[in-house]
Amino acid sequence: MSKFKKEGSKELPAISTASLPDIVFMLLFFFMVATVMRDSSLKIKNNLPSAAETEKLGQKNLIMFIYAGKPSDQYKSMGEEPKIQLNDKFAELKEIAAFVAAERASKREAEIPQLIAALKVDKETNMGLISDIEQQLRKVGQLKINYTTKKGSGLK
Amino acid sequence: MAKRSAPEVNAGSMADIAFLLLIFFLVTTTIEVDSGISSKLPPDEIIDPPIIKQKNIFTVELNKDNQMLVENELMDVKDLKAAALKFIDNGGGENAEKKKCDYCNGAKDPSSSDHPQKAIISITHSRATDYNTFIVTYDQLVSAYTELRERLAQRLYRRSFKEMELTYDDSKSPQFKSEKLKAKIDDIKDKYPRIISKAEPK
Repeated sequence: MSKFKKEGSKELPAISTASLPDIVFMLLFFFMVATVMRDSSLKIKNNLPSAAETEKLGQKNLIMFIYAGKPSDQYKSMGEEPKIQLNDKFAELKEIAAFVAAERASKREAEIPQLIAALKVDKETNMGLISDIEQQLRKVGQLKINYTTKKGSGLK
Repeated sequence: MAKRSAPEVNAGSMADIAFLLLIFFLVTTTIEVDSGISSKLPPDEIIDPPIIKQKNIFTVELNKDNQMLVENELMDVKDLKAAALKFIDNGGGENAEKKKCDYCNGAKDPSSSDHPQKAIISITHSRATDYNTFIVTYDQLVSAYTELRERLAQRLYRRSFKEMELTYDDSKSPQFKSEKLKAKIDDIKDKYPRIISKAEPK
């Protein structure tokens, strides 16, 4: 009996948690660096297609985003048809010209030719809407575009 | 005098604070996609369409059911790249300066494209085609051009074209913005210009 008691009284050394904050901080810094705060909340479904031949977009401030897709679940009232979203709200086709002009006005003159319109369009959108957007962009002379896609192969 | 040691600050709650911040960032993070396929739209001017021989045009048609017609024949997307490669690299004739394509590896079939600089790929789609289908198709065509440039770079300079472009943009490399390298890159791009035309939907 005494033998057992003796062993029971021996305490396990506590595990040092001193390095725990370090580990957590490491994770924290990773997320802080990787995070890009979205400046506009999406009102549409935005499941991007994937492609293999992607290029990295350059300077962040020289890109204007045009979103398109079906309205997401909270905005069911807008209907099922794919819609365009500019900044924070749904937009009509003809508002694209004004949007591009506003983007241009906020940039320095030398930067204007480098502006890229990035089309972030949901997989299930029909091409009709996209060619309509492209026609609008052509009209205002915004010719540099980019189809934003995930990296990966689109082939099944 | 007895030296009183400063009392140790209890760092036990540090982990909790860090966790709180961590969870905040975890929840707010959306890792933004910032890559994509670049493309250029044609300017909005009315110009007389140049006369192009039918054999220099490679037509890709997407219908409303997301099926693909290549040169009027039904084709699977998997075979598109090979077909495009064959068409672009054919080199059956001369370019605008009446020069033969001496770097092509194609079949030199007189009924296919004359020269990579003349070869045009034309995509037509219906209004109801899915965006995804279009992107997959476009991606395949772009990748055909990438492969041709890659092959040429390997043959001429024994290096990868992608690596050449990266070196050119890399501020740490000795060839950063080097004129010589730029000339090489432009030469390859000029030999296989990416001509993909997107027709308006009917």
